[in-house]
Amino acid sequence: MAYDKFNILTSTAVPLPIENVDTDQIIPARFLKATERKGFGDNLFRDWRYNPDNTPKSQFVLNNPIYGGKILVGGKNFGSGSSREHAAWAVYDYGFRCVVSSFFADIFRNNCLNVGVLPVQIGPEFLEKVFRAIEANPKTEFKVDLAEQTFTILSTGEFETFGINEYKKENMMNGFDDIDYLLNIKEDIKTFAERRPF
Amino acid sequence: MGNTLFDKVWDAHVVKKIKNGPDVLFIDRHLVHEVTSPVAFLGLKNRGIPVLYAGRTFATADHNTPTLNQHLPVSDPLSANQLKALEKNAAEHGIPYWGLGHEKNGIVHVIGPENGITLPGATIVCGDSHTSTHGAFGAIAFGIGTSEVEMVLSSQCIMQPKPKSMRININGRLNFGVTPKDVALYIISQLTTSGATGYFVEYAGEVFRNMSMEGRMTVCNLSIEMGARGGMIAPDTTTFEYIKGREFAPKGADWDKAMAYWETLHSEDNAEFDKELSFDAANIEPMITYGTNPGMGFGISNSIPKAGEGTSANTYKKSLAYMDFNEGEAMLGKAIDFVFLGSCTNGRIEDFRAFASIVKGRKKAENVTAWLVPGSHKVEEAIKEEGILEILHESGFKLREPGCSACLAMNDDKIPAGKYAVSTSNRNFEGRQGPGARTLLASPLVAAAAAVTGVVTDPRELMELQEA
Ligand code: SF4
Repeated sequence: MAYDKFNILTSTAVPLPIENVDTDQIIPARFLKATERKGFGDNLFRDWRYNPDNTPKSQFVLNNPIYGGKILVGGKNFGSGSSREHAAWAVYDYGFRCVVSSFFADIFRNNCLNVGVLPVQIGPEFLEKVFRAIEANPKTEFKVDLAEQTFTILSTGEFETFGINEYKKENMMNGFDDIDYLLNIKEDIKTFAERRPF
Repeated sequence: MGNTLFDKVWDAHVVKKIKNGPDVLFIDRHLVHEVTSPVAFLGLKNRGIPVLYAGRTFATADHNTPTLNQHLPVSDPLSANQLKALEKNAAEHGIPYWGLGHEKNGIVHVIGPENGITLPGATIVCGDSHTSTHGAFGAIAFGIGTSEVEMVLSSQCIMQPKPKSMRININGRLNFGVTPKDVALYIISQLTTSGATGYFVEYAGEVFRNMSMEGRMTVCNLSIEMGARGGMIAPDTTTFEYIKGREFAPKGADWDKAMAYWETLHSEDNAEFDKELSFDAANIEPMITYGTNPGMGFGISNSIPKAGEGTSANTYKKSLAYMDFNEGEAMLGKAIDFVFLGSCTNGRIEDFRAFASIVKGRKKAENVTAWLVPGSHKVEEAIKEEGILEILHESGFKLREPGCSACLAMNDDKIPAGKYAVSTSNRNFEGRQGPGARTLLASPLVAAAAAVTGVVTDPRELMELQEA
């Protein structure tokens, strides 16, 4: 699935200072019944965002007009739980292009990279600083520079570098996905397959 | 430095290494179900490409299926649509499909091993995080996202960097009443839900050597709950005996050839792990969770810890508020409303045997609604053949039809808001078993004890003391 190229993103951010945000919160299972990749953003954080009667919960951050932007900042161990890529789709579809945390669950991180959401892992202290900056001023802007691998609080100029493997970085900067690569080496794969014992 | 079991299997599947990038990993077996596959098939269609090796993929319907009246049309139109899509996609690409009512139908991680699809030394993936279950056979097995499902369908490969390795050793003998589920919940409580993120785990030591295949599957299944990509156990006679004769397992000369290879699948004595942990079997009690992640668990006779003992304060407070529990409260004696026996964690025959051993001669508590859901039709058959169904009926329990059911509550099996369920499944996240549902994860023995007493009960009180 093609996604927008990622290079430099400058945006305000939405804070979600909760640890262990699992994929059942990001998108509850009952919203996984689609057979197309459409409309998942509407149900992002469904049960935190809406009451059972579908009225918005005013205290939840996505319902607070003060906060907005293309960056979601979450607490430690973001995206734990199920392998549902729908969670990453929901994040993307809602309009986020980048999730920042001090720690990501493996499968969620992988899924993000495959669908065009950049996971940015920063140190726990810097994460605290980011939360405090947003709290002090929700209009605080951040810059994500993928080429330089930096995440910067623009008002103060403080930044941290983040890791990403070269291959994935290039893919994201070009909007390529792994399947393009794999289809190109199909002959190698076939030769390999013939040698498998089962 | 010698190779680990994980190294041996991983390295044998690397088609290509990308400099500063992931490995291209060949996948021997691919399992698909109705929920995470439709968009992948759609992707193939949009690109106009075929499935490369249809015979390496197996499809079942489980996540979304009803557990009552499976012979009738599925009433939820969205679920019905997903099932139809899978059936059509499988037919179109020549993939074996075991839909509702098929004798081989069941939860994807139950039917793989049952039919001999899961083999030592294989790489196995599925769009479901508990694919780690299959590691019990000495396979590398892990959950993938839908983009990766599309990769496997189109190229039989995925691209992943090699994870770090961790070994968890548990020696000694398990205490009376302690099951593989308790062992896993204990490990997760010690490591937290992110303690093994970035690692692939090997379980080693007496406790796992002495465990049945069903038990090993339960342990490996829960690897993901401590953040690990997967877990594995070196294959041994127990493994080989389990596999021999199963439908898709190698036969005759192929079996001998496979055995020769499988016997090499263990970590060398001088193998080094990035991390190594050891626990003592004697410290493990029957476990139960009190919070909203699988790491928030402890021995059943404990009281809920005070804030700040482990989990960070705001997460802890949020958890307890959701569960409506107070600091320092005892778990024993808490009233419960539902019992769920099932899922790919504890929906195998051994789990039903354990459950029956406690409810036998007792009656289901009036206040409890019990959902007993076999992991597959084969498990259902065994329950009948072994006389377990009669025991369940005499005690006032009914058996449902196979599927994931209340493990993720995508079908009608939803625990109502505010109600407490003792569940043998794998996740106690907020709303996992239905919006507002409150889940206490535990073993089939603890679930059975709660089912007949109506409150959280130490199963050992209901068990005849015997050699554990
Ligand atoms: S039983 Fe639960 S964990 Fe297992 S495959 Fe089904 S939904 Fe996933």
